[in-house]
Amino acid sequence: MSNRLNVLKTCKLYIGGKFSRSESEHFFQVPDKKQKPLANLCRASRKDLRNAIQVARKAQAGWAGRSAYNRGQILYRMAEMMEGRRDQFIAELERAVSSKRRAENEVDLAIDRLVHYAGWTDKYSALFSTVNPVASPHFNFSIPEPTGVAGIVAPDEQPLAALISLIAPVIAGGNVCVVLASEKYGSVACTLAEVIHSSDVPGGVVNVLTGFRADLVPHLAGHMDVNAVLFAADDPEQKKVIQENAHLNVKRVHFYEGTDWMKDDAQSPYYIIDFQEFKTTWHPVGT
Amino acid sequence: MQNTKNMRIPDFKLTVPVDQIGVEERAARFRTRSIKKESKLFALKLALQMVDLTTLEGMDSPGKVRQLCNKAMYPYEADPDIPKVAAICVYPNRVRLAAEILKGSGVHVASVATSFPSGMGTLESRIEEVKYAVDEGADEIDMVISRWAFLKGEYNYVFDEVATFKEACGPAHLKVILETGELETYENVRKASDIAIYAGADFIKTSTGKISPAATMPVTLVMLYAIRDYYLKTGSKIGMKPAGGIRDAKTALHYLAMVKETLGADWLTPDLFRFGASSLANDLLMQIIKQKTGQYQSPDYFSIG
Repeated sequence: MSNRLNVLKTCKLYIGGKFSRSESEHFFQVPDKKQKPLANLCRASRKDLRNAIQVARKAQAGWAGRSAYNRGQILYRMAEMMEGRRDQFIAELERAVSSKRRAENEVDLAIDRLVHYAGWTDKYSALFSTVNPVASPHFNFSIPEPTGVAGIVAPDEQPLAALISLIAPVIAGGNVCVVLASEKYGSVACTLAEVIHSSDVPGGVVNVLTGFRADLVPHLAGHMDVNAVLFAADDPEQKKVIQENAHLNVKRVHFYEGTDWMKDDAQSPYYIIDFQEFKTTWHPVGT
Repeated sequence: MQNTKNMRIPDFKLTVPVDQIGVEERAARFRTRSIKKESKLFALKLALQMVDLTTLEGMDSPGKVRQLCNKAMYPYEADPDIPKVAAICVYPNRVRLAAEILKGSGVHVASVATSFPSGMGTLESRIEEVKYAVDEGADEIDMVISRWAFLKGEYNYVFDEVATFKEACGPAHLKVILETGELETYENVRKASDIAIYAGADFIKTSTGKISPAATMPVTLVMLYAIRDYYLKTGSKIGMKPAGGIRDAKTALHYLAMVKETLGADWLTPDLFRFGASSLANDLLMQIIKQKTGQYQSPDYFSIG
């Protein structure tokens, strides 16, 4: 069978639980670490982005309405699926960017990090909710609620660990997201989308786009139906664009540039709280 | 409008053949059209002017209708350049309220009548309902035909009822709802369109919005052909109103392209073409603002209703 032709995977976008090519029909080639062609990735257009945001919005209420425990089960299921594909992820990372040992470390850390956030889904609310002392006969309490639709711009470094570290806390807290994968290592994101697809995550909760940041970041930041933007790449110009455009509907904006996602302290419930809004309720009580 | 007395009315027992595959492929072709930039903005505004803002629910309170009327007059107050919609469409018992609010605004008041949506009332009560709605201030009446009679082959019954309601309308325009979702075949749609047109309809309308499928592009195309043939024969222009299921601006633009290429630019006016819709108006508004600002919009910032 040595003269057999390999069947190569077409990397596609992941929008609303479906794998689709870019509406623009554009694609771009990315090299591996030896500068040989690694994959052809879809170059998502602003219309693909718009479609992804639309389906994300539709999925948001359903996802936030699930019990926290169920969201945890689904995140854990993602970890199970990743474990099954451990060798594939290691091989892909090794070919694209890393040494074998570092790739193994990164995949293991990504899986463990999913389990970490799976555990937090039904606990962070209890931890961050407060009962507030007030000077009137009211029972006053504050609880976190998901921000809504988040746009996530992933960095190029540590592509898998970063993706998981960015996506997991956002969806653990009942948000939905549109992820713009690394320009250089988007193929890893495509494989991650397959994991998400096969792990009970409802369609539209995580949408993964590959493409050029410069094409998409201004529209992501300006879109009136996006509630938060998380920018983890290192690019001062795009950062400025986000800050300028995000004011239109007062988005939450978080910049995580320069974070070493392989470190132990790159996971914590505070990453979940970054995408929560606190609702305070005044409930009258008799004196 | 047209003088039916001097016109040869076709034999409705004969069927005008409709090429199902041809119609569906032709209609699908319009879905590939893309209108850009200034033309798009123009088309979006035109489509908004053609909307019959509709609420036909058992839960239509006076407050809801009042809100809808305000939406009809001022769809998006932040931008004075946004046009008004064509009409609002309500049940007869809300007509008086709507007419009071919309007086002098140029927005028409349409009322469904004739035992909408089933049409299963007695002929007397249906005529009464038309007269009541007109007396209350409706200047457009949306009637439903008796589908049971049509499907039974009693074409004269349907013809006569349309003619009767037309007479009961007086000065008000009559839109005839065929409820194409219940007519089964394109031939039937064509036949019902011909009956309605020859019996005196000012507009023919696809659906009540209560039955699925509602308006589809192939069905609308068949009805447009009926309008075109009638125009070529008599020189009279009949209006068209697809209703139900048209929710997004893109689909609305496809409809406009279809009307333009089937009937010509003369029909691209609210006097001869309407969309019966409730959620379409907001999507049109969002696309108009997107076109003007370059930013994709969110329904969070547009009034409901």
